[in-house]
Amino acid sequence: MSSDGPTGAVRTIKVDDLARVEGEGSLTIKLEGDRATEVRLGIFEPPRFFEALLRGRSYLEAPDITSRICGICPAAYLMSACHAMEDALGIQVEGALRHLRRLLYFGEWIESHVLHAFLLHAPDFLGFPDALTMAKDPRYGDWVRKSLRMKRAGNAVMECLGGREIHPINVRVGGFYRTPRRGELDALVPELRWGRAAAEDAAVWVATLPCPTLERDYEFLSLRHPDEYPLLGGRLVSSAGIDIDVRDYDSHFVEEHVAHSNALWSRVIGRGAALSGPLARFNLNFDRLPPAVQELARRIGVTPPIRNPFRALSVRLLEVVLAFEECLAIIERYAPPPAPFVDAQPRAGVGYGGTEAPRGFLYHRYEIDDAGTIVDARIIPPTSRNQLAMEEDFYPLAPQLAALSDQEATRRAEMAVRNHDPCISCATHFLKLRIERT
Amino acid sequence: MTVAEAIRQRPKLAVFKFASCDGCQLSLLDLEESLLALADVVEIAYFREATSAASEGPFDLTLIDGSITTARDRDRILEIRRRSRRLVALGACATAGGIQALRNFRDVRELTRIVYAKPEYIDTLATSTAIADHVPVDFELRGCPPNRHQLLEVVSAFVNRRTPAVAAHSVCLECKLRGNVCVMVTGTPCLGPVTHAGCGALCPTYHRGCYGCFGPAEAPNTASLAGAFERAGKTREDLLRVFRGFTGNAPAFREESRKHEGGQGV
Repeated sequence: MSSDGPTGAVRTIKVDDLARVEGEGSLTIKLEGDRATEVRLGIFEPPRFFEALLRGRSYLEAPDITSRICGICPAAYLMSACHAMEDALGIQVEGALRHLRRLLYFGEWIESHVLHAFLLHAPDFLGFPDALTMAKDPRYGDWVRKSLRMKRAGNAVMECLGGREIHPINVRVGGFYRTPRRGELDALVPELRWGRAAAEDAAVWVATLPCPTLERDYEFLSLRHPDEYPLLGGRLVSSAGIDIDVRDYDSHFVEEHVAHSNALWSRVIGRGAALSGPLARFNLNFDRLPPAVQELARRIGVTPPIRNPFRALSVRLLEVVLAFEECLAIIERYAPPPAPFVDAQPRAGVGYGGTEAPRGFLYHRYEIDDAGTIVDARIIPPTSRNQLAMEEDFYPLAPQLAALSDQEATRRAEMAVRNHDPCISCATHFLKLRIERT
Repeated sequence: MTVAEAIRQRPKLAVFKFASCDGCQLSLLDLEESLLALADVVEIAYFREATSAASEGPFDLTLIDGSITTARDRDRILEIRRRSRRLVALGACATAGGIQALRNFRDVRELTRIVYAKPEYIDTLATSTAIADHVPVDFELRGCPPNRHQLLEVVSAFVNRRTPAVAAHSVCLECKLRGNVCVMVTGTPCLGPVTHAGCGALCPTYHRGCYGCFGPAEAPNTASLAGAFERAGKTREDLLRVFRGFTGNAPAFREESRKHEGGQGV
């Protein structure tokens, strides 16, 4: 972090290496008085060329290989890849196998959201450099310990169903390698019940934290399912009128490559940024939340539309409550499926898949040949889409930043980036922070 | 020694990330309650994913997540090594180049053109390589990701200046200890006989073949295993893919996969 300091009307503040985000990136903001003239989110996470490396591999390898794009949301990659391949093969995974997928995926939502909310983002709201320091404060230490226990409950779900919480090994095209026995899932219930209650307490507490103001006119984008809160399946909808089948994604969005970034930038054709993730899901699907979570949201004063990105922290915690509740409901009605996966022979074709990763809509498209070899692959992670909206946050935020000291402005700017829980490992196919005041 | 002096003398721990999925760093955060205990015995001096606090070092123990894929990172690892008393490479990327080392078998310019509209914006090396290919490494902890109990053992061992108790035998032995039925019996190719232990034979326990994410075990007989795969009816392409995976650039697996080139695809 460095600063040229106030020099008349001209200021430059820089953070070269953003902390508490997943991956490597920088942010540069040029301020003229209280106006931002340039905002630049740079991603120097090295490129890894996943889409190219997938060419020539088997369709069965896509879930495990793409899960290595991100160690924080591997289940999201496993699920989007499976959905896309199953679309290409013409099979559908329904019933208990689909419920088990939702269980594994909600386990990841708990793990990822709690990690972000408490270990990466909450310290911003309370002025701590990290959660470890926060843990030593008698006022907040208990929240850190509770969050770690909630996170463990989410990880335990992933470990049970996936074999391990990072890069689970038990997911395959068509379903699973081995499905759990009833007793294995029942063992998860006590901690999930504790977690459901702890997450509700945490949502109530977080809603009372002082929160910067900002109102943004985002185009929200998320899946919408006929009767579930969005996770697996449904149509892709936006607050500006998009309502499409996932297969039509490419005719509505375009990716661009800009000089300052190793990430590709995704935008709505003919418009601009679309924001996906917790705010979008919540605003577009409030009616799909279970009644108890809706009631909790009203009680803590978090109801749609939420247009202040700093309130994403509260929305994330409501999604954690939802995830615990859904995990418990899935386990309660679980009846082991007759076979661990739906079998299918490869056939030439193109498959499309999109699911709701913790950070937003994750899209995969594959073309395979008749032997099942991957001919072409396209992956659009949520951070590729959200980074444009993230950059644009800084224009309306500029007057606040201009009124703050360099140190405080930098802290506020980093906090604003973390609102969107950017996953830079994902987007590089992203953060240093610089604020230049000129 | 006073308590204040003892705190001042806590060993300094640093974590640096190179090309990776961030999962190995996350393994540290996944230590959860043990992480708080760890933070009492070491000073977390540099760990961008977890803290805004950043020390310049020198560090007593440095953990490296990720592989070397850019000229900038090639310089950065030399400079980090100079500031580190002990350095541990963590995971498949740092110990073998990771899945992104599949580029080592291809033309990186072609790969760049496939992914990026403006290849001229991309600054990358032709290869993805392990940390030990660039600087002396004091210990390599395998796995994609490493087992978090082994991670805690390695950190504890270095803090207490002893050798980490991490077995170098094969997944096959772990599988036998678990009493699993061998998946090869059903014709499923399994890298367990030649793969380094540490996962507890997870994949076979879940009825699938090991895909080698912990890299080669000590003295792996890959040729014999490849022969068994062939006798079970696996194609040249299958063999190439199975050895050329998450640790495909580890020397033993790299040499074996080279023998099966020439099919279509990879």
